[in-house]
Amino acid sequence: MAVAFDEMNIPGGDLRPAYQELARWLKETPPEALEYRRQEAELLFRRIGITFAVYGDSESTERLIPFDVIPRIMSGKEWALLEKGLKQRVRALNLFLRDIYHGRDILRAEIVPDDLIFQNPVFRPEMNGQQVPHDVYVHIAGIDIVRVDAEDFIVLEDNARTPSGVSYMLENREIMMRLFPDLFARHRVAPVERYPDELLAALRSVAPQSASGEPTVALLTPGVYNSAYYEHSFLADKLGIELVEGRDLIVKNNEVFMRTTEGVKRVDVIYRRVDDDFLDPLTFRPDSVLGVPGLMSAYAAGNITLANAVGTGIADDKAIYSYMPDIVKFYLGEEPILKNVPTWRCREPKDLAYVLDNLGELVVKEVHGSGGYGMLIGPAATKATIEAFREKLKREPEGFIAQPTLALSTCPTCTASGLAPRHVDLRPFVLTGSKSTTIVPGGLTRVALKEGSLVVNSSQGGGTKDTWILDE
Amino acid sequence: MLSRTAENLYWLARYVERAEYLARTIDATLRVTALPAAYIGKTNEWDSALLTAGVAASFYQAYEEANEHNVVEYLSFSANNPSSIRNCIEAARLNSRSVRTALTSEMWDTINSAWIELQAVWSKGTSTREDLAKFLRFVQETSLRFDGSAYRTMLRNDAYWFSRMGVHLERADNTARILDVKYHVLLPEEEHVGGPLDFYQWSSILRSVSALTAYHWVYRETLKPWLIADLLILNDTLPRSLASCYGNLVRNLDQIGVAYGRQGPAQRHARGIRNRLEHSNMNDIFQHGVHEFIQEFIADNSRLGEIITKQYLI
Repeated sequence: MAVAFDEMNIPGGDLRPAYQELARWLKETPPEALEYRRQEAELLFRRIGITFAVYGDSESTERLIPFDVIPRIMSGKEWALLEKGLKQRVRALNLFLRDIYHGRDILRAEIVPDDLIFQNPVFRPEMNGQQVPHDVYVHIAGIDIVRVDAEDFIVLEDNARTPSGVSYMLENREIMMRLFPDLFARHRVAPVERYPDELLAALRSVAPQSASGEPTVALLTPGVYNSAYYEHSFLADKLGIELVEGRDLIVKNNEVFMRTTEGVKRVDVIYRRVDDDFLDPLTFRPDSVLGVPGLMSAYAAGNITLANAVGTGIADDKAIYSYMPDIVKFYLGEEPILKNVPTWRCREPKDLAYVLDNLGELVVKEVHGSGGYGMLIGPAATKATIEAFREKLKREPEGFIAQPTLALSTCPTCTASGLAPRHVDLRPFVLTGSKSTTIVPGGLTRVALKEGSLVVNSSQGGGTKDTWILDE
Repeated sequence: MLSRTAENLYWLARYVERAEYLARTIDATLRVTALPAAYIGKTNEWDSALLTAGVAASFYQAYEEANEHNVVEYLSFSANNPSSIRNCIEAARLNSRSVRTALTSEMWDTINSAWIELQAVWSKGTSTREDLAKFLRFVQETSLRFDGSAYRTMLRNDAYWFSRMGVHLERADNTARILDVKYHVLLPEEEHVGGPLDFYQWSSILRSVSALTAYHWVYRETLKPWLIADLLILNDTLPRSLASCYGNLVRNLDQIGVAYGRQGPAQRHARGIRNRLEHSNMNDIFQHGVHEFIQEFIADNSRLGEIITKQYLI
């Protein structure tokens, strides 16, 4: 594997410009002072109750995501390029979804194979021909970005369903500003705090036509036992909207209402953090108790906006991912600004043969997996694991894609033996309303805390960092 | 506001109030049982503690004997007792989590910190009297902090009123239950022939509703059972008296009625109970029978809970 790109140090001993001030500060700050503030940060997180749940972990149902106090820094120039690329990518995702559920030009042009859509369990036939308000499907996108060199940004994964993590972006910044005012005074860091306002504006802008002048927005959560519940309540609070559960909503005459102490009140836009499958027991899983019976018929009648729309999973599917550069070109007639990781589609015999021959070097992912589960990281796996995976792959090649093992970039991180480079990725959050697409400068940086590890997922020992975009 | 939010706020306040009441009950019982047997007679005070907590029946399914160890365990830490202090704090935290957006950060911090301490410090219960005293103080302080932060930081709107209603309804129930268990020592003036035995019973009653000092301020008298009954039932200057709880409940329900532009059965029912308390005096109550009076009150009070639930919370 190639040597990872170090975001702070240039080989030969120089520092990249964005990190110069941080490096100076680190030199002046005694290690005990850093350790003290690290402990303070942890205490704050626990007190505020910023926790997440790990499924299948009965020991402790609520855990803290480790927070690393060393910020990850990017120059304004780097951000400008990334921002442009993200907007382009999300525009293409929205156009693709609109096309898939309507004219299907892209299938007729044979750019994406039919069966990848129609045989895909996340494709929602219920959405065929259905008009969604303002033609926006992905109102909130979380695009996972990695770097391998100074020039390029590479998309690792598009998240177009219910991406989470934005509360950490906001809380990490709050806590950093509380603990390191001196460090902020020495930088011009672009603020992230307007995210809730922008999100609310985007959600209001996509209200259905039948909504009143002041549309009512609510956030639909699966409830306190959901792993991202903290984020749901945090966002509802910041947006000043009701945090509703399925049982708080009822559908009458194809309109959606919430039960309040003063009777029922109409809801126009639902920022839903419940998966498609559980939204409406009458349409999807009949055993769902998280959903709202009749919600889909209100949706079809055009009386409610769901953000994100139903059926967006087809755009962030890992099998579709490999077609994204072509999708961008097809709809926008532009060269994609953000790169894709080269991807072998195991459904194609030639690719499969290559993958089987090179399992030891590749990362193999389940097409429908997420959270870093069900993944093989060839270079880190034992022989037996690789052989077991080989059998799985042969049995069901269409369920997998493979990619080269990327040397994710590294940032300085607090470890038991002092500062050391650790691999990071970045999830910026892209908001699309009826008129514009916006991104607050920054995102959630996830860091693999174990030495050499490439898995940044919080469910598997990853941590987070504050992400600074310098305002130059 | 969402009905579910109102329901959670209301129950959250009830759980915290109940936890405090249980802590006071244990505290008061510990004091009485520390006295030589000659001072308290043959009654089993731990048994009365179970009765005032309303969990005697379920206790005896799990334990043979109501002694200090078993009762403290059951009322404080038992996972099997749905209204043990531990379960009250757990439930309060769960409710807080689901209505975080309606709580101020001070209230959340109180409950969350209590829950963290419960797990970090008290997960194994207590082994010494000293430990137990610390634990009981912790519970009472949590309740005081919760009440104080609600009072000092919440907007005065329906969220606050539903939360206060939870406090007052639970408090009225608790005070009434103590009276219900101890009514036999609260005799009218002319019938009373008490000795030192009863004195400690009376002070124990007052202690469990934190009214021992208040008694002396109000009556400037030695402890007299009919005055104790008067204080706990009719004196609306004592925050834990039935009269005071109902004064507050009526006020909170009126505030909600005004805000929503509508009154309903809950307002009428609460006013009915308050009027009855206002127009009673201790002579009538003794004549009617304290026991009967309290039993009716407990039923009426829980009926109000049902009406509130139906009118607002579902």
